Amino acid sequence: MAEGGSAPAVAEGGGALRAYRALLGAQARSQAAYRTSFVVDLVGNVGATVFDVVTVLVIFGVTRELGGFTLRETLVVVGLSSCGFATADLLVGNIERLPRYVRTGLFDAVLVRPLGALPQLLLMDLPLRKLSRAVFGLAVLLFALGSAGIDWTPGRVALAVVAPLAAVVFFASVFVLTATVSFYWVDSGELANSVTYGGRDFTSYPVTVYGGWFRALFAYGMGFAFVSYHPALALLGRADPLGLPPWAGWAAPGVAVVAATSAALAWRVGVRHYRSTGS
Amino acid sequence: MGSVTATVAPPTGAHVTPWFRTFGAIAAAGFRRHATYRQAAVAGLCTNTVFGFLRCYIFLAAAGAAGTVAGYDRAQLATFVWAGQGLLAVIAIWGWTDLADRIRTGEVAADLLRPVHPVTSYLATDLGRAGFAALARLVPPLVIGPFFFAVYVPRHWATVPLFLLSALLAVVVCFGCRYLVNATAYWLQDVRGPMILWTLGSGVLAGLYFPLGFLPGPLEAVLRYATPFPSILQVPLDVLVEREPMSTGLALVGMQAGWVVVLLALCRLVQRRAERRLVVQGG
Repeated sequence: MAEGGSAPAVAEGGGALRAYRALLGAQARSQAAYRTSFVVDLVGNVGATVFDVVTVLVIFGVTRELGGFTLRETLVVVGLSSCGFATADLLVGNIERLPRYVRTGLFDAVLVRPLGALPQLLLMDLPLRKLSRAVFGLAVLLFALGSAGIDWTPGRVALAVVAPLAAVVFFASVFVLTATVSFYWVDSGELANSVTYGGRDFTSYPVTVYGGWFRALFAYGMGFAFVSYHPALALLGRADPLGLPPWAGWAAPGVAVVAATSAALAWRVGVRHYRSTGS
Repeated sequence: MGSVTATVAPPTGAHVTPWFRTFGAIAAAGFRRHATYRQAAVAGLCTNTVFGFLRCYIFLAAAGAAGTVAGYDRAQLATFVWAGQGLLAVIAIWGWTDLADRIRTGEVAADLLRPVHPVTSYLATDLGRAGFAALARLVPPLVIGPFFFAVYVPRHWATVPLFLLSALLAVVVCFGCRYLVNATAYWLQDVRGPMILWTLGSGVLAGLYFPLGFLPGPLEAVLRYATPFPSILQVPLDVLVEREPMSTGLALVGMQAGWVVVLLALCRLVQRRAERRLVVQGG
């Protein structure tokens, strides 16, 4: 990687910022170089999030309500989830490639530079093509919020701003947390998917759809209920059929902070544990 | 990939027996190759299980209080989901870029020197892979599902053999589609576009995200009769849960066989056109 050449210049704080900007700039230039591929990627990437929403619409084509929620109400849940997931995927989703960095030895190169390992990896591989998904996710959320007949109060306006941000932080933490498993088990890619993409699908529906220990584990054990379901309830002014008080919708930022802290901790421990493949 | 086929002795005569022996040897190599990735198989199985729970709960919620939706009752939905999660790994719907990678790097030229037709040799490898996946990835979800959900057990004795045949045809149909998507690399070099379209389209159109019966009637009919996608997943699963009477099931499997013939012929045609082009480039 040619960007490594600027590393010695970053002893002071301002230099580090300049180095990160150089990394990002190199990424943007290299991705825009193949313009047709970039446009194809940009268009193709919307598809994934579009189909998440289409699936919900198709299921509501055969039923009037899902787990006690109407389509309009469910769309608020979907909007929060897809906006949060798509943005987190854009910003840190490529940390999924960690097993490959470890295998190819690129991770060694990253560690010897005087910059943070995590920001370097993210900026070296920022998938600008996923921008289209994040924009679409936001559009779904705005449409859902506009059409759900929400009785807007200053509190709800604030929540409508804070909840998607908390969802981004939460999903980003999940990406980093699951990626750290590959420091211990290189073949863990698919296992990570079950939590990241599984979490995305889980948060696309009201948690009343699920049952038993599976709901308990994903919704409250891993905290996914606070990403979209509880904030949506608070925005809609609906009582939780499962009995949690209305303030649970406001727990989202707190849960996100807890998730981010554990992700940072796990990353630190993982990097310490990391041993080069030596190849 | 290439070293696998390279170990196979060239057929000595025009007889059918050596051809089968070659095909069997390549398939066995494919089986062995995938049997070595055991950790990956376990990780994949966990993912299939999580998604099995997710889809099962969502479809059951769609069935709601009535208990039936689009011709499936609750037990049939559960079987549809769990068998589908297993079948997904057997047909290897996503992630196969072996051919495209070899075209991009030029290694494909070595495939053309071999005495076995590329379509045949890649198909044999894929069937070997599918054989391993049938044991390691199809059976576990079928065992796990019934522990947590009431599943549908086929009533007719002929259903299970017909399902197995249908699943085999599904593997070949899926292989044919993947081969064609990969072969666009002969013309495009960068297959990301076709690959994205395939990844997005195959899941939705094959009946993974929701049974195609959930779609409006005309749309379902077009998908069913004009595209190979339902043959990849929906048809074997419908056969297994006996959604239609046996005669309809037989007709659907017959249609799968038709797609197998069409797609394999198309693969060979595309391969031949591409080889001519390669010669021009190389000359």
